[in-house]
Amino acid sequence: MADIPEKELMRKGTTACPGCGAAHAMRYVLKAVGEESIINIPACCWAVIPGVYPSRNLDIPLLYTAFETTGASSSGVRAALNAKDVDPREVTVVGFAGDGGTADIGIQAFSGCVERGTDTIQIMYDNEAYMNTGIQRSGETPYGAWTTTTPVGSEKEWKKQPKKNMMEIANAHGIPYAATVSVGHPELMIEKIKKAKEIPGPKFIHIYAPCPTGWRSDPSNTIELCKLAVDSCVFPLYEIENGEYNIYKKPKDKVPVKEYLKLQGRFRHLPGEEVEKIQKNVDREWELLLEKEKFTKRENEE
Amino acid sequence: MSEMKIVSGNYAAAYGSKLSRAEVVAAYPITPQTEVVEKIAQLVAEGEMDAEFIKVESEHSAMAASIAASNAGARAFTATSAHGLALMHELLMWASGARLPVVMTNINRAMGPPWSVWADHHDTLAQKGTGQLQFFCENNQEVLDSVIMAYKICEDEEIMLPAMIVEDAFILSHTKEPVEIYDQELVDDFLPSYDPDYKLDVDQPLGFGSLGMPDWYMDFRYKIFEAMEKVPEKVEEVNQEFKEVFGRDPGGLIEEYKTDGVDVLIVTMGSISSTSKDVIDELREEGHNIGLARLRTFRPFPVEKFRELIKGVNVVGVLDRNYTFGHGGDAAREIKDAIYGHHEPIVKDYIVGLGGRDLTPKILKNIMEDAIALQDKGLDKEIEWVDLKVNQKRWRR
Repeated sequence: MADIPEKELMRKGTTACPGCGAAHAMRYVLKAVGEESIINIPACCWAVIPGVYPSRNLDIPLLYTAFETTGASSSGVRAALNAKDVDPREVTVVGFAGDGGTADIGIQAFSGCVERGTDTIQIMYDNEAYMNTGIQRSGETPYGAWTTTTPVGSEKEWKKQPKKNMMEIANAHGIPYAATVSVGHPELMIEKIKKAKEIPGPKFIHIYAPCPTGWRSDPSNTIELCKLAVDSCVFPLYEIENGEYNIYKKPKDKVPVKEYLKLQGRFRHLPGEEVEKIQKNVDREWELLLEKEKFTKRENEE
Repeated sequence: MSEMKIVSGNYAAAYGSKLSRAEVVAAYPITPQTEVVEKIAQLVAEGEMDAEFIKVESEHSAMAASIAASNAGARAFTATSAHGLALMHELLMWASGARLPVVMTNINRAMGPPWSVWADHHDTLAQKGTGQLQFFCENNQEVLDSVIMAYKICEDEEIMLPAMIVEDAFILSHTKEPVEIYDQELVDDFLPSYDPDYKLDVDQPLGFGSLGMPDWYMDFRYKIFEAMEKVPEKVEEVNQEFKEVFGRDPGGLIEEYKTDGVDVLIVTMGSISSTSKDVIDELREEGHNIGLARLRTFRPFPVEKFRELIKGVNVVGVLDRNYTFGHGGDAAREIKDAIYGHHEPIVKDYIVGLGGRDLTPKILKNIMEDAIALQDKGLDKEIEWVDLKVNQKRWRR
C-alpha cells in the first residue's frame, strides 16, 4: 500500500459541510497527483469549497469551467501543453467533476475526451446527487433514495431507477485504466491515482464520497459509511486495466446492505421488501463483477 | 514570398489561422463551415501547420476546449456556424468573462426551423451581447486579413477579449476568389507570439474563474466595459498598421464608400456590400447624391463614427440581413441608438435576404430609390420586409 504523501496542496479552511467526503477526495487526489498538475473543476460543490475570490485554498493551477465542459476543458489544457512540448508524464491534467458533471450533463464531453484518447485523469467524485444545488436526483443517485426531486410523501416517489454505471461506460470506450476508489481507504485511493498518473492516455477514477447533508447521515459516520459500502459490496473497490478487471479489496465477510442503508436518512422510508430488493441487486452485481474478473483474468492468462 | 491563391472563404479562414500560428484548434463540423475544419486538418496532417487539432464532439466542447487552451497560454482558434454558434452561447460569454483572446470564424447561416443552410446574419447578431468582438467580412481576402488582425487586437493587454470573424454562407464560404496568402515572416513581424502574463502554469499556481461575490462581480464587469471602450481606437490603429505592412485596407470600423457630403446613406454588412457598391455607382451616375457605409465592426458598435457619418445626411437606409423578433433589424436599431440626441435623419430599416434569399442589383436599386424618395415624401414605414412573396412585384420590377 502507498504511503500518504505529507505535502498538503489543500490548505485548511474550506466552505465544505462537516463530514464532507468530497473535501477528503480533493485532499487525497492532490496528494496523489502532486504539484506538477493542472486541475479543472466545473460547477459542483468544489466550485465553492475552495473559497470565494480573492481567496483559494488549493495550491495548484485551477481552471474553473462551465458545468458540462470538464472533458473538453481537460482536452484544451492538454492540447495547449502538447503545443508547448510539455510531456503528459511531466504535467498531469486532471478533470475533477461531481457525479452530475460527469455522468449527466458532462457525459458528452467526458465521452469525447476519453474517445479521443486524451492523456488526462477524469475524476468523478460521487456524492450521488446534485448536492451543491440542494440534493436533487442525478443519474448516480441509487435506487430507493430520497432526494428533493424524488420526494417521499404519500406517493412514495423515491428514486425508482438504478445508479448509472460509469465504470462500464468508461470501459466501453476502451479506456486504458479505470478504478473505483473510496475516501474511506485513502492509502488505496492514492495508490490507484498514482498508478493512473503513470499510464498514458485517458484514465477514469470514480471516487465514493459520502455527503452527510444530502444523505441525511451523521457527519461523524462518513468514514464508517465508506467502509460499509465496500464491505457490503454496494461500492466494490476494483480497477479495469486494458479490459482486465481486478477487485483489489474483497470483503472477508459480506455485511448485509441494510447495515449500510440504516445509517442514512435518505433510505429511512424503505419498507423491508424494498431493502430485500436492493440486497438482491447488490448480490447480483457483485457476482457479475466476480465473473468479469474471472473471465478477463483467464482470458489474459491464456 | 506572398502568393495569390484562388480559395474559398472557408479556406481563407483556415489560411488565416495558419498564418496567425494558432497553436490549438478545436472544431466540430457543420455546414457550411466544414471546409475550414477539413483544410486545417489537412494543413496539420501535411506538416504545413504546427497546431494541435482537437476533433471535439460538439461546438460547445469546441469553445470550451479553446477557452481552456487559451487559459493555458496557447493561441486558440475555432470555427462554426448558426446552430453550432447557438450551442456555444454559454461559452461565448465565458470567453469574454475570462478575458481570453480566442478568435473564431462564424459562417453566417440562418437558424432553423425551417432548416436552412443559407446566408443570414441572425446567428451572429443573436450573440451580440456576449462580449465577443464581431467583424463582418465583405470578401475572402478580408476573412484572412481579419483573422490575423483580430488576434492582434484581442491579445492587446488592454483588450484581452474574444472575437468572431463572420462571413456569409456560400456567398463567401464556398465561392472562390483570388486571395493573397502572405509571407509568414511578414505576418510574424506583425503578430508576435501569444505570451500572456497569467496562465495555467505549475510554476505559478493561480486559479481562474472562481466564485465572485456581489462585492467583486460588478467590478470585473466594469473592467470588460473599459476594455470594450478601447476597442474602436484599437481597431483603427491595427487597421492602419495592417495597411502599412500588407498594403491593403480592410476597412477598420466602417468602410466608407463615396460618403462625402451625401444626402442619402445606405448601410450594409457582409457580402451584399459589393453588389450594393455597383448600384451606388449607377445611382450616382444618374445624379443622386448617395453613398454607402459598410458596417464592418458590429461589436463594439462604432457609435462615434456613425455620429460623424450622419452629419448632414437626410436619409439613412439600412439593409438588415437579420431580424430580431419584437425588436427589429439589428443594425438599424443600433444606428438609431447611436445617433439619438444628435443629428437625426430619417432611418428606414429594410429587412432583406433572410435564409439566403437572393439580392439582385435590381432589388438593391429599388431599395435605394425607395430611400432616395423618402427625402420628399417622408418616412412611410420604419421597417419594411423586402421581396416577400406578397410584395415581389414591387421589388423586382
